[in-house]
Amino acid sequence: MATDIHRTVTPETADGAGAAVRVAGLVRSFDGRAVIDDLELTLRPGEFVALLGRSGCGKSTLLRVLAGLDREIEGEVLVPRRKAVAFQAPRLMPWKKVWRNVLLGLPGRPDRGTAVAALEEVGLGHRADAWPKTLSGGEAQRASLARALVREPDLLLLDEPFGALDALTRIKAQRLVADLWQQRGCAVLLVTHDVDEALLLADRALVMEDGRIAYGTTVDLPRPRDISDPGFTALRARLLGRLGVAGAEEQEQGQETAGPTVAH
Amino acid sequence: MSLDQAVAGQAPPDTSAGAAALAEEGAPAGPPPELSRVVPVSGRRRSVPRWLRRTVGPVALLVLWQMLSATGALHEDILASPGTIAATGAGLISDGTLPSAMVVSLQRVAVGLVLGGVAGVALALVSGLSRLGEDLVDATVQMLRSIPWVGMIPLFIVWLGIGEAPKIALIALGVAFHLYLNVYAGIRGVDAQLVEAGTSLGLGRWGLIRHVVLPGALPGAMTGLRYSLATAWLALVFGEQVNADDGLGFLMNQAREFFRTDVIVVCLVVYAILGLLADFLVRALERLLLQWRPTFTGR
Repeated sequence: MATDIHRTVTPETADGAGAAVRVAGLVRSFDGRAVIDDLELTLRPGEFVALLGRSGCGKSTLLRVLAGLDREIEGEVLVPRRKAVAFQAPRLMPWKKVWRNVLLGLPGRPDRGTAVAALEEVGLGHRADAWPKTLSGGEAQRASLARALVREPDLLLLDEPFGALDALTRIKAQRLVADLWQQRGCAVLLVTHDVDEALLLADRALVMEDGRIAYGTTVDLPRPRDISDPGFTALRARLLGRLGVAGAEEQEQGQETAGPTVAH
Repeated sequence: MSLDQAVAGQAPPDTSAGAAALAEEGAPAGPPPELSRVVPVSGRRRSVPRWLRRTVGPVALLVLWQMLSATGALHEDILASPGTIAATGAGLISDGTLPSAMVVSLQRVAVGLVLGGVAGVALALVSGLSRLGEDLVDATVQMLRSIPWVGMIPLFIVWLGIGEAPKIALIALGVAFHLYLNVYAGIRGVDAQLVEAGTSLGLGRWGLIRHVVLPGALPGAMTGLRYSLATAWLALVFGEQVNADDGLGFLMNQAREFFRTDVIVVCLVVYAILGLLADFLVRALERLLLQWRPTFTGR
């Protein structure tokens, strides 16, 4: 696939220098305990980065900082003005029909057509007039994705957006995100605890540990990716090792994804 | 089912033969379980519409009352019969006494509701939307709330005389407290995750209030409206017992002096009908405004 299309897009970063995200010396403490401790991170424009880490390692906090939702921080954080978030729960306003949810917060007076176009991109054009309560879990999550994409973000922040979906819906949603990213060419930061998901989607996988990026690797596999690819399984074993999941637990991980178990 | 089992018990050779036959086929179990039919909901759909079913109770009560009056068990001076009351009601309507009294009373409720509603909602917005407002307003309102508002009648008469003002003030007071409490609770009950989502979508303070906080507080506000309507009628009854020279309460007071239980009941019925009508209006409003709510609506 044309993986280099998104590379040509130049973002409208406030402080350009050719990066979509630049974080330096970031510290975020809760009650004196530093959850993020002197963190450095740079995302290239159009780059898809997956952020892995054990639960409680601060990866969601980092995403909230980048989204501008958490500002009790020290250090330097530069993000594009146009950014959008998709949370683990769809967080649609239940009192607004789907298309109004998509347009919520957009500047100016966007018309219904804008919303329907965005919904059609995620295959939900026919549900534009539905109440959020009538959507299935997968549909609600796609509506949430449409709401993020209609903002034409230079940076898309995804906080375990597939975590609450069933296995089949998750596979479809992952493919959708991969397709949308290749069309849009925005930088994406995907926070996840699923190594396979990270390796299926990302250009680069980072592991967060002790409040900083402890490990990073480029995922140099051809797209579309196959979890039974030997390169894929080798990378997965390496990342699982970094995450402190090895041996018997690694086998469990392998069963979960029905992929071959790697023994090192 | 018990019968079936009894029959099976009486005929052991049959069952054992069946079991043996099954065992030959390789199935280990005994006789197959008894099956019962799952009746589809549409199969037991009632032909009587719901609104009709709901009128059965009140109608039965009326019939019982009429029978007690007709047999003389219930004397006219204690409580007039439904028939007499209906005739009196018709008379009061045709000579214009009842309609003019209703107009006066309805006006009092409407004015009181508007004034109290504006005050209650405004205070709830101030204390619900800002910490400063909460500190300044909420403690004060909570303190005043502990005063029984009916007890304010003498003070209102001293302050406002015996005209319309004390009656309207009483209604407004009752309404304001209920709306305040429910709107405030509604605002504070809005899901913080939705507020955060709104922030991430670029909504400013007023955008958040308009698109997230106020719609989220609407269910609470509707509950408050229903409570405050009930309170408004109650306050009207109390207020009109004091020095009224027109309105439904005046009609009742006058009837009391002549032991006209029929007129008193007519006025009570009118109060009840108006109250029901108001409740019906609020329900209709709720159905319209809260159709987005994913809540259980009963089977």
